[in-house]
Amino acid sequence: MATRLFAAPSPHIHGGENTRRIMGDVVLALLPALAVSTYVLGWRVLFITAVAVCSCVVVEYLIGRFLFKGRTTICDLSAVVTGVLLAFNLPAGIPWWIVVIGSVVAIAIGKMTFGGLGCNPFNPALTGRIFLLIAYPVQMTDWTTGVPDTLSGSTILPTIKYQPELVSQLDFMQMFGGQMNGSMGEIGALALILGGLYLLWRRVITWHIPVAILGTMAIFAACVGAGYGGALIYELPLFHLLAGGALLGAIFMATDYSTSPMTHKGMIIYGVGIGVITMIIRLWGAYPEGMSFAIFIMNAATPLINKYCRPKRFGC
Amino acid sequence: MRTFPIGGIHPSDNKEWSKDRAIEVLALPNEVKVPMIQHIGAPSTPIVQKGDKVLTGQLIGQAAGFVSANIHSPISGTVTSVDAYPNGQGQRRIMVVIKREGDEWMEDIDLTPELKRECSLSAEEIIAKVRNAGIVGLGGAQFPTHVKLSVPDGQKAEVLIINGVECEPYLTSDYRNMMERAEMMLTGVEILMRAVKVERAVIGVENNKPDAIAHLRDLIARNNYKGIEVMPLKLRYPQGGEKQLIAAVTGRQVAPPPALPISVGAVVCNVSTAIAVYEAVQKNKPLIERVVTITGKTLGSTHNFLARMGTCVGEIIDLAGGLPEGDVKLLNGGPMMGRAVVDITAPLIKGCSGITVLAGKEAARGTELACIKCGKCVSACPMGLEPYLLSKLAKLQKWDMAEQHNTIDCIECGCCSYTCPSYLPLLDYIRIGKQTVMTNIRARANANKK
Repeated sequence: MATRLFAAPSPHIHGGENTRRIMGDVVLALLPALAVSTYVLGWRVLFITAVAVCSCVVVEYLIGRFLFKGRTTICDLSAVVTGVLLAFNLPAGIPWWIVVIGSVVAIAIGKMTFGGLGCNPFNPALTGRIFLLIAYPVQMTDWTTGVPDTLSGSTILPTIKYQPELVSQLDFMQMFGGQMNGSMGEIGALALILGGLYLLWRRVITWHIPVAILGTMAIFAACVGAGYGGALIYELPLFHLLAGGALLGAIFMATDYSTSPMTHKGMIIYGVGIGVITMIIRLWGAYPEGMSFAIFIMNAATPLINKYCRPKRFGC
Repeated sequence: MRTFPIGGIHPSDNKEWSKDRAIEVLALPNEVKVPMIQHIGAPSTPIVQKGDKVLTGQLIGQAAGFVSANIHSPISGTVTSVDAYPNGQGQRRIMVVIKREGDEWMEDIDLTPELKRECSLSAEEIIAKVRNAGIVGLGGAQFPTHVKLSVPDGQKAEVLIINGVECEPYLTSDYRNMMERAEMMLTGVEILMRAVKVERAVIGVENNKPDAIAHLRDLIARNNYKGIEVMPLKLRYPQGGEKQLIAAVTGRQVAPPPALPISVGAVVCNVSTAIAVYEAVQKNKPLIERVVTITGKTLGSTHNFLARMGTCVGEIIDLAGGLPEGDVKLLNGGPMMGRAVVDITAPLIKGCSGITVLAGKEAARGTELACIKCGKCVSACPMGLEPYLLSKLAKLQKWDMAEQHNTIDCIECGCCSYTCPSYLPLLDYIRIGKQTVMTNIRARANANKK
């Protein structure tokens, strides 16, 4: 073998980070929550997650192969992440065919329509979830496959929202450990936080978005609570952080690269926006939970935030 | 510990490959090819012809203007040709080819090895000597040193910063100079302080070179070098960038182009340049040799050579066991900012602080994927730019928008491409954008003059 000199502009070395590793890390970070969910809600969790992941990957493969006619992009694992996140946003008892429909919407409409990974303005998994929430409201709020707990038949957010007197039965330790009803991925606060710490450690995400969202929600709840004279526990900050999709949304959904701002300053504004909108919907809106809508709305604001939150120019 | 304010990356420094190799004096080459452009500015004018006899250190290329540099003969012998030959990048440049006969130096050059510390020359005299000696920045930029030292009227230097950072991975020539030729360097610093009329000099060294820091501090205290301090800096690339180093040492940021370091009262010189200044001022020795690192994981051996300019790069590589087989990248400089050499008959030039050989996987580029808007390039950019955007604007040829987004601030450090998880050649495009925008700006300025 002869020596072959070749030229390219600098830099000549690379840090070794790649998209697949990042997406793999996200999947890995979601595993503890999946385990908690399977333990609490049963084996059906794994089945639904598998259906979502497989349909997302197949849809992305088919579109890439037959419409884009390019190199397939399923190897970057982003479709797997979308699949897991979509499943995490569904109740465990949902019929499998609805999951398939959700996956098609998530990948085909939410992602590939715009050109695939990195081009989508909205989080694909959220696109799928919101579509299903509107198209199949009954199945999407059927929580009968779940833990037989005191507040069964519904999740904590609507229960407490419409029957505040039940507040005395809340057990925060149970909520923390995942002993509550909800979408497959939103129960198990401890597992989600662990996943988040892993992502921070691997530098997949930075603290800015999750802290901005959760901090805003806590402060917002505390302020409104104080405004009511502190009488209602519904405004308790800890309750809002543990209930519903707050942690899943703040750590895993809102931090999606393509749909969140580029600069740290922008990330803070984006996070505060999500926190405020979520709390407004939770406290005064028609829906008991507002995380998905809040992220969706702030996704739309991301290009604007990017335009106005530029990094600080050196020397200015 | 101090460092620069924004961005930066942490590549593995790979200095262990060559850092313990003491400086070896390279055997004199039988032939040298001396390019008439080894600096930023106008090419020098050759003042010798075929058949002329030259001595070592004799002027053979006259600087063409203020921003230019003299070129001297690195060996003694006969000029065999003055013609265009390919440089490392394959571009044809005027070079003076000299065939060696013995090693006879110009008479006024002091070849004694003793350190000569006393210097009573005025600033103007020092700068004149530096200019005559053809000294340029040896860290890689090759900017004529006398231009840097000539502080414009109405401005005042407050601190001299000596760049001993050597943040490029692999390279160890500055490190070896600090370890083995420290007194020459420190005397050079004293002379430079006289030249720019400052009382204080700071040698910035990254903390991956603790022995160099200790060695310099020891010498400064023991031999009473007044006003010189060594400042350890936190390991981070591109700390050796001029603006980054000034910010790390003084906390002050040089405004965007066209502002110069002197606007914040700083003059920056490389450690190897300080040695060249010492030799020029105290020993009348022009810049005809330098320490160059030969390194790479696949080389038979690694070295730090004291080599004459104009020595054939291929001959130097042969001394390290020759190039490995397969796909190889041969770099003039380090892997972050070095330029790929495609013609191994090219000569060693003043700005070449190292020759790095990357082979196989290390030399390959990853497959380009879609931008996932992760923002890692934005976080890594030490100039506070948005590389993903600048690269895209250049790709779309939106030169006006690239200008609005300050593409000319780019220092081409490569942090963006290094950090991109989609292996996008961000800097490749940004460079094109930057060059086009600079051309546009110059064209506008010329049009306004008329």
